[in-house]
Amino acid sequence: MSDPSKDTSVYYVPENGWHPIWVAVGVFLLVSGIGSWLNDLQAGVEPSRLILIIGGLILIATLWFWFARVIEENSAGLVNGQLKRSYVWGMSWFIFSEVMFFLAFFGALFYTRVLAVQWLGGEGEKAITGDYLWPDFVPSWPVVQNPDPLVFNNPGESMQAPAITEIGAWSAYLPLWNTIILLTSSFTVHFAHTAIKNRDRTKLNLWLAGTVVLGVVFLILQVEEYVHAYNELGLTLDSGIYGSTFFLLTGFHGFHVCLGTFILAVQLGRALKGHFEPHDCFGFEAASWYWHFVDVVWVCLFVFVYVV
Amino acid sequence: MSEASHHHVPAVHDDHHHGPASGLTRWLFTTNHKDIGTLYLWFSFAMLLIGGTLALIIRAELFQPGLQFIEPEFFNQMTTNHGLIMVFGAIMPAFVGLANWLLPMMLGAPDMALPRMNNLSFWILPFAFSMMISTLFMEGGGPNFGWTFYAPLSTTYAPPSVTFFIFAVHMMGASSIMGSINIIATILNMRAPGMTLMRMPLFVWTWLITAYLLLAVMPVLAGVVTMMLFDIHFGTSFFNAAGGGDPVMFQHIFWFFGHPEVYIMILPAFGVVSQIIPTFSRKPLFGYDSMVYATSSIAFLSFIVWAHHMFTVGMPLAGQLFFMYATMLIAVPTGVKVFNWISTMWRGSMTFETPMLFSIAFVVLFTIGGFSGLMLAIAPADYQYHDTYFVVAHFHYVLVPGALFSIIAAVYYWLPKWCGRMYDERLGKIHFWLSFIGVNITFFPQHFSGLAGMPRRIPDYALQFADFNMISSIGAFVFGFSQLLFGYVLIKAIVSGRKATSRVWEGAHGLEWTLPSPAPYHSFTHPPKVVEAEAHS
Ligand SMILES: [Cu+2]
Repeated sequence: MSDPSKDTSVYYVPENGWHPIWVAVGVFLLVSGIGSWLNDLQAGVEPSRLILIIGGLILIATLWFWFARVIEENSAGLVNGQLKRSYVWGMSWFIFSEVMFFLAFFGALFYTRVLAVQWLGGEGEKAITGDYLWPDFVPSWPVVQNPDPLVFNNPGESMQAPAITEIGAWSAYLPLWNTIILLTSSFTVHFAHTAIKNRDRTKLNLWLAGTVVLGVVFLILQVEEYVHAYNELGLTLDSGIYGSTFFLLTGFHGFHVCLGTFILAVQLGRALKGHFEPHDCFGFEAASWYWHFVDVVWVCLFVFVYVV
Repeated sequence: MSEASHHHVPAVHDDHHHGPASGLTRWLFTTNHKDIGTLYLWFSFAMLLIGGTLALIIRAELFQPGLQFIEPEFFNQMTTNHGLIMVFGAIMPAFVGLANWLLPMMLGAPDMALPRMNNLSFWILPFAFSMMISTLFMEGGGPNFGWTFYAPLSTTYAPPSVTFFIFAVHMMGASSIMGSINIIATILNMRAPGMTLMRMPLFVWTWLITAYLLLAVMPVLAGVVTMMLFDIHFGTSFFNAAGGGDPVMFQHIFWFFGHPEVYIMILPAFGVVSQIIPTFSRKPLFGYDSMVYATSSIAFLSFIVWAHHMFTVGMPLAGQLFFMYATMLIAVPTGVKVFNWISTMWRGSMTFETPMLFSIAFVVLFTIGGFSGLMLAIAPADYQYHDTYFVVAHFHYVLVPGALFSIIAAVYYWLPKWCGRMYDERLGKIHFWLSFIGVNITFFPQHFSGLAGMPRRIPDYALQFADFNMISSIGAFVFGFSQLLFGYVLIKAIVSGRKATSRVWEGAHGLEWTLPSPAPYHSFTHPPKVVEAEAHS
């Protein structure tokens, strides 16, 4: 066998390392810090962010060194084809678990929209709930009138897409532009991949940089949209179930875009340093799969959160 | 074999591939599947003792009617944390520990596919559980809403420590997800030549399927606790009807995780007994293929039955019927498994060493738990049983003489392979009989008190339940303290047990038995050629 990627006789088992347990320490401090911060806020105590920051720094630094180490080992030729296949399995199933995470929130969206809100409005099989609790509540989606507006403020307006015929409104509708941006970025990252296969470094750098820019623009527009929602529409996290599902779905997606953009930026840095060969670019490929996944989630969001 | 790869073998192997590092860093920094497996198993044993202590506090309070030792508020914290610690701290990590020890040896691999992530998935756990147990000492007390943490008990009415509980669950989830990814990559990618999928030992098969269940449902658990976090701290209304949400939605999402979770705790147990019973029956496993298909069907069905936990919350009739029939359907593949285990024993030259005793007890007692599960699956009957001690009896029968017995059986069975020494058979048998008798005295009477209407999670009860509860508490103490004997038997074996042969058990088949005892630090540095007869038992 001349192709080392097919050789299964030796598997690289990395030596003992300090990275994993420091990730655990970092995560522990980070979430303890966030937890006590949140509890202090709720109790009205002056919160301390020290633990949170220390934990976050440990986590980020350790992950940085860990990935750097893996990249080094790869360039030293220690990583054979079998280990690369393990990486592929690992990344694929990690993305699958992310899909399931989003599914929980989509599930909450469908359940409340199709069942809970209708029942609260006195319709459907459990209509009695609404008749007893808030007989005046009229079900609608988006819920702009909450069952009990004294507990949960009504949002002024929703983020719902304009009617299909209103071309003018669509051209000013940010989520549509964001959809176009993310879809485009899926193509640009694919072109970057093709450039690696063709050993065309200039094109690789350009397409990859373009993808990162599109990611950043998406995030800026998303922040813009949130500001708009909070300041002008009165649509907030605590304005009832529409705001809850809207902000958690788009928020977690936005967080993933953040992460994806950062990962792609790191790959761009590596590309500029001359990393990646046609048959040795797992870091890039993993980043691009992640990016496509984020893109697909957005399309589902656009359809089910904004349009339908 | 390629020249190129052999060139860098010495470079890779010389500095670190001979044996374990010395001192504490061996355990903190290890990337070795055996070290990590050992860590998981001892961690799980520690959690078993802690969770068991909480159970004994519960049983002490319930020894007699009236309030003797603890306040109801503290009682709630005990039931909650007992459940959480046993599920996430004792049972699940024990199975991951077994997977770590056994998968590479059974598949003919040097180690797990992703060794560093393996270290991380273990070391998150002690941090997660320190966080969770520390909530018991926080102002306002620890989680007191039951291990199922239903909203709004766990949101609107929860103590402040719930925030840390949420993050602890997040950390356990991350650990499980990384663990499953590692297991899947190992099984799909690290098999020795000739180890085809349908030659894999059943323990490997059941873990492969379990890992998929974990990957599918742990993120959903993370999602639901995240919704709780936002309901508590950021004013969202997922579980608050005043804002258009629904507390019952919590139960739907939770049980979408929760029902597959019970199979996560039992499928690897099926795998373990499917290894042990053939060995001591000196016959190959009856119906290997049907075992694989049955496990897969159980895994599939486990996703469409979750609302059988919620028959009394008020679901549309069609929903109740669907979940009732789907649940009863699970009895079919489970029945196939029980049939196969019994057929394996049929006319075998059986011997009854400790692992076999625990496995036979597993088959009998798990089946009792399965039958009471069928009773609970019948929606109209469940209206009566719901939230009574009948439910407690049911799930303890599948989890204690089910999952836990299989773990104990596995430890006795493979311990000689792990440490190269035999346990004391006489003490092992004493441990078995104490556990067997203790477990039945504890949980069998709970069927009766439950059918008579005794509610679960209540520190006091009506006088007519007094006898059953007293018997139950006596059994619990017998069972609990006999696990200390288990610890003693293990340590005695590790320190001064008789030397084990490499085959250990006369009837054992599978690659792990071709390695010397104790197994070398790196199981198979070069993959063996696997032939059908040695692939599995
Ligand atoms: Cu269930």
